[in-house]
Amino acid sequence: MNAFVNHFSFEFRTGIRNKQLQLLNYLFPLGFYLMMGFIMPEINTLFLESMIPAMVVFATLAATLLGLPDPLVNAREAGIFRNYKINGIPSSSILTIPALTTILHLVIVTVIITATAPLLFDARLPVNWPNYGLTFMAMAFACAGLGVLIGVISPSSRTAVLWSQLIFVPSMLLGGLMLPHSMLPDVAGKVSQLLPATQAMNAFNGLAMGKVADFDPVGSVIALFVSGVLAFVVAIYLFNWDSRNTTRHGHPLLALLVLLPYVIGLLFG
Amino acid sequence: MTAPVIEVRDFRKTYGDLVAVDGISLDVRQGEIFGLLGPNGAGKTSTLESLEGLRSPDGGALRVAGIDPAREPRKLRNVIGVQLQSAGLPESITPDEAMKLFCAYHDVAPRFDLLERLGLNEKRNAQFFELSSGLQRRLALALAVAHNPQVLFLDEPTAGLDVASRVELHNLMRELQANGTTIILATHDMAEAEEMSDRVAILLGGKIVTIGTPMEITATGAGLTKVSVHTQGGSLINPELHFPAVSQQSVKDDYAIFFSTDIGPTVSAIIAHIEVQEDTLIDLRVERPSLEDRFLEVTTTGGAQ
Repeated sequence: MNAFVNHFSFEFRTGIRNKQLQLLNYLFPLGFYLMMGFIMPEINTLFLESMIPAMVVFATLAATLLGLPDPLVNAREAGIFRNYKINGIPSSSILTIPALTTILHLVIVTVIITATAPLLFDARLPVNWPNYGLTFMAMAFACAGLGVLIGVISPSSRTAVLWSQLIFVPSMLLGGLMLPHSMLPDVAGKVSQLLPATQAMNAFNGLAMGKVADFDPVGSVIALFVSGVLAFVVAIYLFNWDSRNTTRHGHPLLALLVLLPYVIGLLFG
Repeated sequence: MTAPVIEVRDFRKTYGDLVAVDGISLDVRQGEIFGLLGPNGAGKTSTLESLEGLRSPDGGALRVAGIDPAREPRKLRNVIGVQLQSAGLPESITPDEAMKLFCAYHDVAPRFDLLERLGLNEKRNAQFFELSSGLQRRLALALAVAHNPQVLFLDEPTAGLDVASRVELHNLMRELQANGTTIILATHDMAEAEEMSDRVAILLGGKIVTIGTPMEITATGAGLTKVSVHTQGGSLINPELHFPAVSQQSVKDDYAIFFSTDIGPTVSAIIAHIEVQEDTLIDLRVERPSLEDRFLEVTTTGGAQ
């Protein structure tokens, strides 16, 4: 327990102390939130109805997909995991503690956005707070798992950035953050359901914001949780202590399993 | 003789077609400082990493304090301490945090005294990337010994250290040795290996080409012992002189210099010559081949005796 608390405490401070993580955890999402708050209502007044969940989803994508993979890849390349292994630090701690501390940073950012958006921009507040919290946790868990998994399967920082952007960019365009899901063309709407951002926005709208969901919002929350669990399990299974180690537990394509809950939702939802 | 703490039997490690270690065997006794030497690619790192539980052997058997490193990694972690060549710490961690973190995972109280002793007290709250390479190595050493391991692996421990830090580290090594810690020292610094090691093994091409005390290893080579003699009358400065076992001779700064293959007869003959010539001896120095000389001899001849 003492080891976990020490490790968690160090990782949490790193999220603030490290300039890159500080940028991705706080400066980028909060700066983007302020910018969107000033610009978007002029273009689309309906934006204010979903501004809070949209900005929370954006913050989550930035902190997890952009913030989590690179430090994991760099630590493996720098021999930090080898040192951890020798000193008995388990792979489960190496993978889950940065994810948990990132979620804690996201809680702080979410509280800031939720508390200030109505005051600064007259944004609509959630109407169901427990569901708001539940959806946030499901989304943060799913995205943190995805970020960790990208870090584990990527052989280099460059590849990690590529994988992260492959999810981040479509999430921004199709995830329902800027445009409602219902306004997307049919095919794009279906494809977007493979993204955690779409599922999260759907669950926020249907369960927390008092709006009509585009598809089953409870199913979205379940899909996010299951995808998160799969991501962490596969990440721990595929984890490699050392880039010089030629033996791997399994094939990196196993990572595609995290899409399974979304595919099932798409096919049977 | 104390029981071996490290036992290596017919250890073999391969990477595809490359044979990194080819069936080596050695024992290291408790409280011994054992130098593992060899040029790059000799098999040192594969041997060390297998003993540390980072790699699995492809053949043979390894034991560290009675533990099989590949099969019992959980037991091994509290028995060994490792200072890796690269410090292997996150850039943003401070020495204080690193000490707390590593000691927590070893379930021991943090050893902040080690940070003080190794000159890290003023930088306890500096981030790792802000430390000089010397301080980074000192921190790695402090973390490696904080849980009082039975066996300590040091990989190039003094690389990048200044003279004072190097002396402090050697003192710490001797102190640990006196307390019964077994130390495996992998280094390219031959002077350090010769000074600190009780025994050394030189690896080449995955095999042990020589093993023994530094004295034994330097004595078995074909290296010549240098005898430098300064006399008042300069009776030895004469290229026509011939002494037993001397293969080369020269003159430098009023010293007659002889290179001998058998030091006893050479020195006796030189002393006798000085007496016969009624000359007066001012200075006589004997320099046996160093471990570095022997290392170069072994590695350049491919280990052929």
